[in-house]
Amino acid sequence: MSGISRRGLLKTGVAAGVLSATGVPLYAAPKRGGTLRLGIAGANTSDSWDGRTHSDSFMIMMAHGAVFDCLTEVAADGQLKGELAESWEASADAKTWTFKLRQGVTFHNGKSFGADDVIESLNLHVAEGAKSAAQPIVSAITNMEKVNDHEIIFTLAAGNADFPFLLSDYHILMYPAGQVEEAIANGIGTGLYKVESFDPGVRLLLSRVDGHYKDGNSGWFDSVEAIAINDSTARMNALMTNQVDAVNRVDFKTEPLLRANPMINIFEVTGNQHYTFPMLTDLDPFSNLKLRQALKHAVNRQEMVDKILLGHGKVANDHPIGPANQYYAADLEQNAYDPDKAASLIREAGLEGTTIDLSASNAAFSGAIDAAQLYQASAKAAGIDINVIQEPADGYWSNVWLKKAWCACYWSGRATEDWMFSTAYETGVPWNDSQWDDKDSPRFQELLLTARAELDSDKRRSMYGEMQMILSKDGGTVVPMYANYVDAHNTKLTNSGTIGNVFQMDSSRLVERWWFA
Amino acid sequence: MGTVTRIILQRLALGLLTLLVVSVVIFTAVNLLPGDFAQSILGQGATPEAVAAIRQDLGLDQHPVTRYFQWLGGAVQGDLGTSFASANFAAFAGSDANANMGTVASTIAPRFENTMFLAGVTAAIAVPLAVFLGVLAALYRETVFDRAANIFTLSSISSPEFFLAYILILLLAVLNPILPSLSNIFDGMSFSERLERTLLPALTLTLVVTAHMMRMTRAAIINLLASPYIEMARLKGINPLRVIVKHALPNALAPIINVIALNLAYLITGVVVVETVFVYPGIGQLFVDSVKLRDIPVVQACCLLFASAYILLNLTADIMSILSNPRLRHPK
Repeated sequence: MSGISRRGLLKTGVAAGVLSATGVPLYAAPKRGGTLRLGIAGANTSDSWDGRTHSDSFMIMMAHGAVFDCLTEVAADGQLKGELAESWEASADAKTWTFKLRQGVTFHNGKSFGADDVIESLNLHVAEGAKSAAQPIVSAITNMEKVNDHEIIFTLAAGNADFPFLLSDYHILMYPAGQVEEAIANGIGTGLYKVESFDPGVRLLLSRVDGHYKDGNSGWFDSVEAIAINDSTARMNALMTNQVDAVNRVDFKTEPLLRANPMINIFEVTGNQHYTFPMLTDLDPFSNLKLRQALKHAVNRQEMVDKILLGHGKVANDHPIGPANQYYAADLEQNAYDPDKAASLIREAGLEGTTIDLSASNAAFSGAIDAAQLYQASAKAAGIDINVIQEPADGYWSNVWLKKAWCACYWSGRATEDWMFSTAYETGVPWNDSQWDDKDSPRFQELLLTARAELDSDKRRSMYGEMQMILSKDGGTVVPMYANYVDAHNTKLTNSGTIGNVFQMDSSRLVERWWFA
Repeated sequence: MGTVTRIILQRLALGLLTLLVVSVVIFTAVNLLPGDFAQSILGQGATPEAVAAIRQDLGLDQHPVTRYFQWLGGAVQGDLGTSFASANFAAFAGSDANANMGTVASTIAPRFENTMFLAGVTAAIAVPLAVFLGVLAALYRETVFDRAANIFTLSSISSPEFFLAYILILLLAVLNPILPSLSNIFDGMSFSERLERTLLPALTLTLVVTAHMMRMTRAAIINLLASPYIEMARLKGINPLRVIVKHALPNALAPIINVIALNLAYLITGVVVVETVFVYPGIGQLFVDSVKLRDIPVVQACCLLFASAYILLNLTADIMSILSNPRLRHPK
């Protein structure tokens, strides 16, 4: 990550103008033309253009990354820039945010974009009975005031320095006011590409919009054909036989074959996606700090990266902040595999000889059962007896996660530190899967609230650094590794040289950012 | 033909009865699946309240017997219900504006059409090929040709389908790029393009189903060759091919038709693996997706469709055997 302060820029909102003006760094001059063919995993017959329901890669990539726009966008280099918002400004307490909207933008049906569309689109997430993943973000807005057609003032319940960042979330898409149902049924957005035909779970055909506000910066393909290929062998095969130009989620087992093909490039980034083993710290024996520390030193992280991810990952340090986060503490002391230390910690805990149950299923992440067994073997060297329980994949998230005292889990990570912490590490939130809260570390909870409303980037860096350290030492979750996003493309495609790591496929914006060489 | 009509009607009635029994079995089996739609769609977000809300929306909280009769009542009137996936989508949208886009029938119809197309292309290649090879194998039985045909078809039927599929991809798409390895057919494709894209999966399936039909043809004919009337024909000096095609084949038709019907039913109901390898948007993929999602109305409708296909094809096979056999056509 660059050391340039993203938040400093963002406070004034000048960033948006500057960054959109400079555009793509000229790695090789991009050029228009061609039909991009994609083989994408993560498609379902239940897919729709309703951003509130999006959770899998096909729709995230096609809606957020091609057909629709958000107010803000995380650029490939991690900087926040305006998408439908042109600039923004915060009050000193980060509670009131004034957003200026881009002018002259139209939806695919010809309707022009303005403040009403923003207000109605945001309200979708807090509508009665709506089940949106972005509900916590939008419900924090207490008031939306339309100043004029291209200016809105948001008032938040509490100061949040990350607010513009949160609006880049792929759920929060902009729909035309008064035509939301139609837009959801047919895919009418303001994006670079409009829907030609869509067969959910099978195929999507897009064509480039003429005269778009991103002209000259992105949107190089004339049309895009996205084919849903959930089977990994078929997907790799489609790339190998030149039926598609790019695929997501490279199968690690056949990856050497792709690598051997001179026509194919593999691109791999470490983002925030991480695998975890949360312990319920309100239950014995996990309420015992020494035991938790013993378990953190009883796992051979590198071995897990090598054997479960086949090298496509990075050792993690028992906190959920990843390399794609702004304030990731890369220099934090690493919890290392140390059987002797683990053995002495477990003696201090007075829990020698206890058997500890670890529930796992491959529903948690692919290879979770193997990972649990590796954990069992590495802990044995420290004299800790882990009993691996294989849970059924069906109903894992409702019957095991948050219920069993220790289990396997995964997190795709969040774009901001605050968002990640307040989803799974804040006192009383439903997904706090370790129940590690103010009883364990009042300091952590206090920092969480202070950092949220702090606009000064340096202060935030030190606060988030301390929070990562506290979690790493005392937290209730073992985080052994980050899992990379590994995708592949043929050499006809090229890009700016900077690939986003927020999500797979260049932060799911490959369609907008890449071009044919 | 009065008796034939009566037989057909009898069989149809029996078929309907079987279908009713099958519907009970399907409903029970589907309901025994662990987990449910609410849990699978919510994934990590499956809090008890959210699960309960979705279940209530979809009527999953009602008694299974009530749900069975609701479903059966609808199915009899041709209403297979609303796909949960779409119902849930409509609920998200907060209105019933899209209510008619999510019926099970509209979800299944295009996929079923694709499946029938693949089955049709395969049958058009496999059936004549199998019968032709069978006749030749019977004619030149115990020769090198017979052995070779047997070994080839038996080894292709013994290999897993995905293996055959990848061998064909290797031969016809990678080493000699003649055919596309992806069979993603879609609406608006011209017939020839559609046919070209369907050819590889159809060839794979041909390899899978040919052995069965060919060997039955061969066995049925050879079985007849020992009969006195064939000996008579041979003594009259008719050439061997004519003996087989004119005299033996018509009498061997019944068992051959039965095997063909079984294989056609297999083509409609059991080609998930081939569909997956070639990314063919058929009903098998939809079925697997729906089971994964626990989209029960779609799963049940697919099962019912598969069961109907089996019953109908078997019925057709029975009727054809009766028609091909004068002794059955005119009993006593």
